[in-house]
This record gives sequence, structure tokens and C-alpha cells, in this order.
Amino acid sequence: MPGGGLLAVPLGRSGAPAAALLVVGLPGPSVPDDVAWVASCAGPPMARQLASDARAPRRPEPDRLLRRVINAVSDPVLLTDTEGTLLFANARAEGLLVAGPDASPGRTRAVELNQRLFRETLAQGGMSVNRREMSLVDPLEGMDLLFELATTPVLAPDGPSVVVSVLRNLTDLGRATQALGESYRQLRATEREARSERHRLDRVLDSVADPIILTDPAGGMVMMNDPAERLFAWPHEEGNGGEATLRRVRSNDALFASFLANLLGPVNAGVSRWKSQLTLDDPDTGAPVPMEAMANKVLGDGGELTGIVTVFHDRTEVLERARLLERVKEVSSELEARVQSATAELAEQNEKLRRQAIQLEQASAAKSQFLANMSHEFRTPLNAILGYTNMLLQGVSGEMTPPQRRNLTRIDSNGRHLLEVINEILDITRIEAGRMPLHLSDFGIPELLQEVMAEMDPIIARSKLTVDTRLDEGLPGVWSDRQKVKQIVLNLLSNALKFTHEGGVHVAAEYQNATGTVAISVKDTGIGIDVSNQEKIFEDFQQVDSSPTRAYGGTGLGLSICRRLAAMLGGRVSLQSAPGQGSTFTLHFPRRARRT
Amino acid sequence: MTNTPEKTKPLVLVVDDYQDAREMYAEYLEFSGFRVAEAKNGQEALDKAFELVPDVILMDLSLPVMDGWEATRRLKGDARTKAIPVVALTGHALKGHSEDANEAGCDAYVTKPCLPDALVDQVKKMIARREAASAR
Repeated sequence: MPGGGLLAVPLGRSGAPAAALLVVGLPGPSVPDDVAWVASCAGPPMARQLASDARAPRRPEPDRLLRRVINAVSDPVLLTDTEGTLLFANARAEGLLVAGPDASPGRTRAVELNQRLFRETLAQGGMSVNRREMSLVDPLEGMDLLFELATTPVLAPDGPSVVVSVLRNLTDLGRATQALGESYRQLRATEREARSERHRLDRVLDSVADPIILTDPAGGMVMMNDPAERLFAWPHEEGNGGEATLRRVRSNDALFASFLANLLGPVNAGVSRWKSQLTLDDPDTGAPVPMEAMANKVLGDGGELTGIVTVFHDRTEVLERARLLERVKEVSSELEARVQSATAELAEQNEKLRRQAIQLEQASAAKSQFLANMSHEFRTPLNAILGYTNMLLQGVSGEMTPPQRRNLTRIDSNGRHLLEVINEILDITRIEAGRMPLHLSDFGIPELLQEVMAEMDPIIARSKLTVDTRLDEGLPGVWSDRQKVKQIVLNLLSNALKFTHEGGVHVAAEYQNATGTVAISVKDTGIGIDVSNQEKIFEDFQQVDSSPTRAYGGTGLGLSICRRLAAMLGGRVSLQSAPGQGSTFTLHFPRRARRT
Repeated sequence: MTNTPEKTKPLVLVVDDYQDAREMYAEYLEFSGFRVAEAKNGQEALDKAFELVPDVILMDLSLPVMDGWEATRRLKGDARTKAIPVVALTGHALKGHSEDANEAGCDAYVTKPCLPDALVDQVKKMIARREAASAR
């Protein structure tokens, strides 16, 4: 400005730095008086104003030390205004509520959410409530975190009031509480389970028939099952056996204690189990109960003795069984001894029998030899007797008078009879000695019977009996020992003639196809044979009448020979007879003999 | 036969240690028209057989000094006598003598007691067989 200029007046208190500058445009070189008045009026308030501004800055900042201290606190610490606008956050709080410009969108959103939540929580209840719970999101993990918010308003003497918030993380605590509850529940369940387990164990132990006792390391009773109680526990009811029962239980206890002593005490530290036989008393009856007791040490995790389990086993049955077994063994060995002695006796008798058999055999052989020799000695003179008689009858020494001839005929017939007897004895001897060989051949029964009839003709003629033969039609040829068949039939026929006085003798032959046997029967009308004698007559030297006054002669060997010869042919001789009604002797023999 | 001249009659050697039997057979054979020579044992039988060369020999088997089987075996083993028929005679019926007798070379076998006529029949049969054999 021409001629003028600008005037700057410092405003404020005197002696103090200026609070402001008053700039006035001057139209001339003189300063109006008004300027000084304005300056004096405006200066102090402005200085005052300036001073108050300096004492309460708009964003008060703690000093660096304090900041470090606060940062070191592990809980988030915040300084906000009453609206919740963040003024300061320590490192923990920043992690939750502050997002830098370069933060990820997720983190930014989480932080925004957290800030809103925080503001809302702070707004609830105003300044009057200083503790409340709030949940925030962990911007890193996205998990819900539970905090307790403690707020403390700090009222500055001049300046805006601020709020200090301390967040205490309750998340872990909550979890811990929850876990604690869970643990407690589990504990209860486990306890319940344990209790039921214990009951179950009790029941199991009680159901075991053998007494079981659990003892503590000092030998004191901890637990016993029912069977054990019966033996070792004091009876509950009064008068249950009374004094005697008590005494027995005491005695059992004492026995058990002394048994346990084998496992107790440092001396027995190395012994882990002890087995022994105890004879207890039945408390009720007093009967001895033989027991086998087996005690086992129960060791803890550290190998220390925690208890002793003793299991008893009643040996009554075992002992009884052993006793019975012993008895059985005794009896069996007794029996064995008897059998042995019997066997020895038997062997001895067998030996005797064997010797006797040998002796018998020798005797039999001697008898056969004797009979053979005797027969020879008989036959040699008989040969001469019959020979001379025969010669005389033939007139070799000249003609004879009729009485001479008659007498000679009697000599001849007697001699022949004697020869027959000798032959019969010889036959038996030969059969017995096994020296009667079979001579098998083909032959016909009709021809054989014809021959027999022819040979017997003189006797038949003398007997005045009717003798006839009847042959079955279609009688086959046979394969057998002709001589023996003939001998049997001759014998049967001669017997029939001998024992029949009137009537007749019928000889019949038939073939039985079913059995392949030929049957030749000789039926007479003679005296007959009582049933009681029917077997006897087939034995050697046996006749129905063997008395000295018997009416019929003969050696009694004929039927015996017949039976033996029939057996050699593989057949037999059967008899049907009754006294006074005649007899029928039948020879049965196979059509084809088996060569033996 | 009784009328046959002595020389033409067949000669039978009867060998038996039992005198009565020997003489009985001898008498009946002579009665039946044979000439008879006798021997008491096997050795004698051999001597007589070699000396007389009979037409038939009746040989008892059980004999002293030498038994009938041995005597027969020797007769059959000798050229002079082996053609003579030998009829074995035995009173022993116990053993299977017939087989033994056949083995020894006997031509026939007769069990005692044997009536004289039966024996003579046997002798005649032997002579007839021999004549038939020599006629061929």
C-alpha cells in the first residue's frame, strides 16, 4: 500500500511467548490507538486459550515406556473414547481390532466385525457396568473367542474422557470348564461303572464255589466271597451253631493266618505264591474239610505288594476219588493175582492134561497094538481050526457019518462066530487107530442090497421071517466106500434078524434130493428098544441087556462099528423104536462122499 | 486031478511058520491035485524056491529069520524066480499090508483066516493067469 504498511502486533501475556499475531493494514505512517486496545483486550484470552490447548492435547499419547509396558500385557488392552472409537491398542488388541492398510480382505472384515461387536458391547449398560462378556472372532483362525471385558472410564481433569478396556480371554477357561464338567461326568460314569463292575465282580466271586479271599499286604481281610465267608467269617445270626461255630471259624482264621505268613514280611519278599494243604473245619458241622490253598501276591505297577489273593479248593472229592482209585487198584491187583494163580493152576492142569493125553494116546496105541497082536494070535489057530473043519467037511480025510458031519458043522459055525467077534474088535481098533482107509468108488445101491441079501440068505432062510426090499425109483448111483456101506447094511440086517422072532424085516432105500443123501433103512417087527437105551446101544461093548443071564449074544460092537463107519462116510445111523413095536435103523450118507 | 501024473502036477511052495496052517494048506493042496513044498521062514523059502522053482508061492508075511516081504522082494529081484506068482498070506489085518505086499512084488493078497478051498481057488487063478501069459 502506498505510504502505508502492515503492522504485526504479538498478542498474549507479557513476558510470555506470543499466542497470536494481530496484523493490521495501516493507511499511513501512524498507528491508530485502537490497535493497542484491541491488542490488550484480545491478547490475554488468546494466551489463556493457547495455554489450555497446550495442556490437553486432542490425542494424548502415553510415553514410550508406558506403551511398552502395556504392550507386554498378555491380555488385549484398549483405550477408546466413550463411543468406542479406538484411541490406542496394545499389540494383543491390535491383533484383534486393527487392520493395517495392507491387511487381507478377510482380516479387514474380521477386524471390522470385531470393532462393531466391541462398540456394541461397550455401549450396553454404559459406564455403569464394567464387566461383561463378549465374543470376538480370531482374525487369523476365524474361531470364536470369548472374552471378559473390563472397562474403566478415565476422566481427565480437562480434556475428553477416555475408557480403558481390558479383554480377558475366556475361551480356554470356557473350554477348561467344559472339559472339567465332562471329566466330572466321566468320573461319575466311571465310578458308576466301577461300582457295577465291583458288584459284578462280587457276584462272580460269590458264584465261584471255591472260597476266595483278598488280603491286604499286612494280611488283613479285604474281601471274601460267600463260600469263603462260610468258613472264615463270623456268623451273622446268633445261635447259628453257637460257641462251637465261633470256635471253628476262629480256628480256620488262625490256620489261614499262619498259611498267609508264608507270603508276608520281608523274609518272604521273593516268594510270589504259596500252595499248601489245609484241613479246615466246617463251621456248622465240624466235619473236616480238606482244602488246597493257593495264595498269589498281587503286585502294583511299581512291583510293590498290594494284596494277596487266596483261592481254596475243596479236596474232599479228589481225596475220595483217589481213595476209590486206590481201592480199585487194590482190588484189581488182587484180581490180577487171583487170575495169575488161576492161570498158573490152569497151566499146571493143562500140563497134567497134556501128559494124561499123551499117556492116554500111548495107552490107546498100546491097546490097539495089543488087540492087533491078540487078533493075530487068535486068527492063526482059528485059521487052522476052520481050515481043518472045512477040509473034513469036504471029505479030504474020507467020508464022515452024519453025526460027525453035524458036529463038525457046529465046530465050523462056532469058529466062524468067533472069527466074527475077532473081526469086530479088529474093526474098532482099526477105526480108532485111524487105520481104516476110505476106498471111494462109484456103485449102485440095488446091486449092493442084492449082494447083502445073498450073503444073508442062509440066515434069512433059517429065520422064517419075511424079508423084503423096496427101492426108491430113480435111486442114483453113489460115490462112496462100497465095502463100508455094505458092512453097515449087513450089520443092521443081521441085528434085525437076531432080535425079531416073528413078522418081517423090510429094507428100503431112498434118495433125498434136498440134502443129497441116500437113506437105507432096515425096519423090523422085533422086540424094540426103550428110548432110555436108544443111545446106549451105539456105544462100545453095550447091549440093552448086559447081564450074565442076557437072552441075546454078541459083542455089543456091531452098532458102534456101524456108527463109526457111517461117520467116516460123512453120514450117520438113526434109530426109531419103541419096546414091542419094532425098530427102524437108518443109514444116512451123502451120495457123493467128500474125500478126507 | 488026483489022477494027473506026479511030474505034470504044478508045484506050490507053502511058506508059513505056523506048522498046523502050513500042513493044513499042504494037505489040502495035495488033496486038490498039487505038489507041495514047505518052508518055515523067508530064508528057507528062498532056498527052496531057487532049488525047486515052484509054479506058485504062498507066502506068509510075518516070518522069522526073514519076513515075507523081504523074501518076496528077493524072489522078484532074481531072474530065476521073478516070474513065479507070489500070493501073500497074512493074519495081520491092522496095517495096510496089502499095499506093502504089492510093493514087495506080491501078485495076490489073501487075508487069514482063509479057508483051504478059497486058497486053492486063488492058486488055480494064479496058474491060469500065468499059463495065459506064457501062451501069448
